[in-house]
Amino acid sequence: MRSIWRTLDRDLARDIALVCLADALVGASFGAIAVSSGFPLWLPMLISVVVFAGAAQFMFIGLIASGGNPVAAVVAGLLVNARHIPFGFAVGDALGDRPLGRIAGAHLMIDESVAFAMAQRDGERRRAAYWACGIGLFVCWNIGVVGGAFGGTAITDTDVFGLDAAFPAVLLALVLPSLKDKTTRLAALTGVLIALAATPFLPAGLPVLMALAGVLVAVLGSRDGTNTRRDTAEEPA
Amino acid sequence: MTGAVTLIVATLVLGAGTFAFRVAGPVLRSRVELSPRAEKLMAVSAVVLLAALVATSALLEGHEFAGFARPAGVAVGGVLAWRKAPFVVVVLAAAGTAAGLRLLGVP
Repeated sequence: MRSIWRTLDRDLARDIALVCLADALVGASFGAIAVSSGFPLWLPMLISVVVFAGAAQFMFIGLIASGGNPVAAVVAGLLVNARHIPFGFAVGDALGDRPLGRIAGAHLMIDESVAFAMAQRDGERRRAAYWACGIGLFVCWNIGVVGGAFGGTAITDTDVFGLDAAFPAVLLALVLPSLKDKTTRLAALTGVLIALAATPFLPAGLPVLMALAGVLVAVLGSRDGTNTRRDTAEEPA
Repeated sequence: MTGAVTLIVATLVLGAGTFAFRVAGPVLRSRVELSPRAEKLMAVSAVVLLAALVATSALLEGHEFAGFARPAGVAVGGVLAWRKAPFVVVVLAAAGTAAGLRLLGVP
């Protein structure tokens, strides 16, 4: 654990802290919305600790509050969270080898911790970024939810602060360096188009998963050309 | 309103399912040796997913267009990130642009 904080430089720590702060505000809005929808105080806190996934949490309480079947709400939440399967394969190495660390680390897997990890070049920084972001967000998110649940309707509409634009901007900034690679860029672009085209017709969560079809571009690309490209890239200058 | 027991059970099921999704990759990964090509494809998958999240969460709210303020904010953040602006500037500019446009009455 200690090596994580040692590896973490000041810039990375500051970037992560900013995201934690923004997410704490969103967490506060989650707590406030849940309580003002008529749910007991403890429910948003329980959900935030047990589920710890913003989009799925909002969807879950939104569906139940509007009179939806709890089973349907669970299914909808699971659909939104299914992207964690491919995420786990991509950042699994950042969690370390110890079984306990893997369990704790898996629970901290969210879009931001994955994006921060993927944006690092070497393995050690990857691990540090993943854990620091995961732990920081878990703590801040839950503090925010508790504050929002008790504080009532102080913050329900985070759109006023533009936080709805901050979330995609955070992911975009972190993902941008990976898009320098031509194959990755093509795959991402294809995936984005598929997801956007599918959104009007499919339940939340599925369009993003369908974007994975864009990876086929990279599969085909690496069959003819990527290998040679990688060879040239690794030649000493 | 749904009963407390139902709410707790539903929350636990959602939590357990989500955890299963999260832990599947790290556990399966540790059991098999991955080729560099498979590693690369997994990294590409994560980038593709994150990019799709960026696009859908920037442009859409549910099944509908999210309005102009949000994508405008994300676009400003994106340009700044591309011009290598510090992360903090990118995020604050994105939020500030969206919030400012809404103050001006842009949806």
